[in-house]
Amino acid sequence: MKSIITIAKRELTGYFASPVAFVFIVIFLILSGFFSFMVGGFFERGQASLESFFAWHPWLYLFLVPAVGMRMWSEERRLGTIELLLTMPVTPWQAIVGKFIASWAVVALALVLTFPMWITVNYLGNPDNGVILAGYVGSFLMGGAYLSITAMTSAMTRNQVVAFIVSVVLSLFLILAGYPPVTNMLVSWAKPWIVEAIASFSVMTHFEGLQKGVLDSRDILYFLSVIGFSLFSTSVIVRTHRAG
Amino acid sequence: MIQVRNLKKTFGPKVAVSGISFEVKKGEVLGFLGPNGAGKSTTMRMVTGFIPPTDGEAIIGGFNIVENPIEAKRLMGYLPENAPSYADMTVLGFLNFAAELRGLSGAAQKSAVGRAVEMCFLENVLHQSVETLSKGYRHRTCFAQSIIHDPEVLILDEPTDGLDPNQKHEVRTLIRKMGETKAIIFSTHILEEVEAVCSRAIIIDRGTIVANGTPAELKCRSVSAGAISLRIASGNAREIASKLDGISSVDRTTIVSESPVAIRVFPRKNVSNNDFARALSEAAFKEQWPLLELHTEEGRLDEVFRNITLPDTKASNK
Ligand SMILES: Nc1ncnc2c1ncn2[C@@H]1O[C@H](COP(=O)(O)OP(=O)(O)OP(=O)(O)O)[C@@H](O)[C@H]1O
Ligand SMILES: [Mg+2]
Repeated sequence: MKSIITIAKRELTGYFASPVAFVFIVIFLILSGFFSFMVGGFFERGQASLESFFAWHPWLYLFLVPAVGMRMWSEERRLGTIELLLTMPVTPWQAIVGKFIASWAVVALALVLTFPMWITVNYLGNPDNGVILAGYVGSFLMGGAYLSITAMTSAMTRNQVVAFIVSVVLSLFLILAGYPPVTNMLVSWAKPWIVEAIASFSVMTHFEGLQKGVLDSRDILYFLSVIGFSLFSTSVIVRTHRAG
Repeated sequence: MIQVRNLKKTFGPKVAVSGISFEVKKGEVLGFLGPNGAGKSTTMRMVTGFIPPTDGEAIIGGFNIVENPIEAKRLMGYLPENAPSYADMTVLGFLNFAAELRGLSGAAQKSAVGRAVEMCFLENVLHQSVETLSKGYRHRTCFAQSIIHDPEVLILDEPTDGLDPNQKHEVRTLIRKMGETKAIIFSTHILEEVEAVCSRAIIIDRGTIVANGTPAELKCRSVSAGAISLRIASGNAREIASKLDGISSVDRTTIVSESPVAIRVFPRKNVSNNDFARALSEAAFKEQWPLLELHTEEGRLDEVFRNITLPDTKASNK
């Protein structure tokens, strides 16, 4: 446990020593503001909710989260520090979890810094704060799911750009599998239960519920299992593919 | 402390290490020699648990590196080749990180970091970020990391690479001193280093051990070992050489230089060094050569190294 914290602490200093964390947070705040106010019609809706804010998160995360996570293992490989880290008395699993927690904390910080949105809706009207909380929880979990996928791709290569692109593609897959325009198209040439099965693998399907304020354990379980599965794959990759 | 049995590593069809066995006890410093690509670093990576061996085992202080990696790694300090370190940290931050991962905390951590800093002469760069350090300082930072927990076993892959002559000297002294109480393996391409530091050396070539012994033993395998060099102030080198050839204990002579006369004389088999030296000095006395110097060659490691590894290199180039 102590090793996990030590590694997470080091990762966090790494994030803030390089501009990665700042750039991510600032761009996330600007874009989430821009999309919910300008594109999402935050005011025009005339209702006090953060629906237009959360609706953009799957798309914002698609590019921003891989940008945060891509250095997680690629950088270790490129610098050769992976050789130091894995010959310390820590298990690969501790290293993986420590690194993951640190980058998830960066995402969490970005979310926390959107609090002016929450203040604004509360000032303008009487939103259901439970729904908003569920939205935040969902967004946080979704960020974690994307991050875990990025952790996996970044363990595969020493090249951050490759890690970024592969994880964007994988994450896009998870979005599109449940994105209404796509599912509507699929329905025309596949049986509905197949479409539904595919959609159940999508972050969209599961984020939707949380965004509406329904803290369904199945949705939470979905995100946690994406994280668990990806981190497990990461550990397999790190174990089998250390030197290359 | 370190037992390595029949260690093998293949990368796809390529055999990097093919069955290496050796043992290092406490108080021993083992030098790894070998041409580029011989498999030195690969062997060290297997011993330190970074890459799993294809076959064979490495046991550190009783712990198998594959079965009990954490316990084995705890006993070990490791300086990887090229001395990697986290570029975005300061030297102090990096050493603190290493110390924490080694399970040190509080006052123990502070004193351990202080000691490592002192041993590696890092006081001046403590607060500088690693990426702005010169190569030698980066190397020293990574070296400091490897000794921070005062480990019983040290694995150092080219510890003096990129250091200035003074620092090379310091590091050698340090390794020799630590070698009195630890088990150390280190690799190098500098042969004098082996003589200066190691209690035993192994020459690896294309994945196998081709020589194993103390530096003195290895030097004896050199062609020039046991030969006697003569330096004579004046005279005709050829004449002198042919006279020397006439002595019964002399096998052959080579003229190293004509003027001043320098001749290397090789003994026949089974002639003791004392008898041989006496025969030569008596000849010099009898012939009244103005003898300036007479000394026995100890043999040279670089000669041994080349003789052992060069034929193979040539063969593999064909
Ligand atoms: N990850 C890898 N994949 C494929 N081949 C590898 C890998 N690592 C090492 N090798 C090969 O294994 C052989 C041994 O390499 P190693 O690094 O152990 O040599 P070395 O003795 O340390 O050489 P040097 O003196 O140059 O440091 C080389 O031929 C190298 O190309
Ligand atoms: Mg090497």
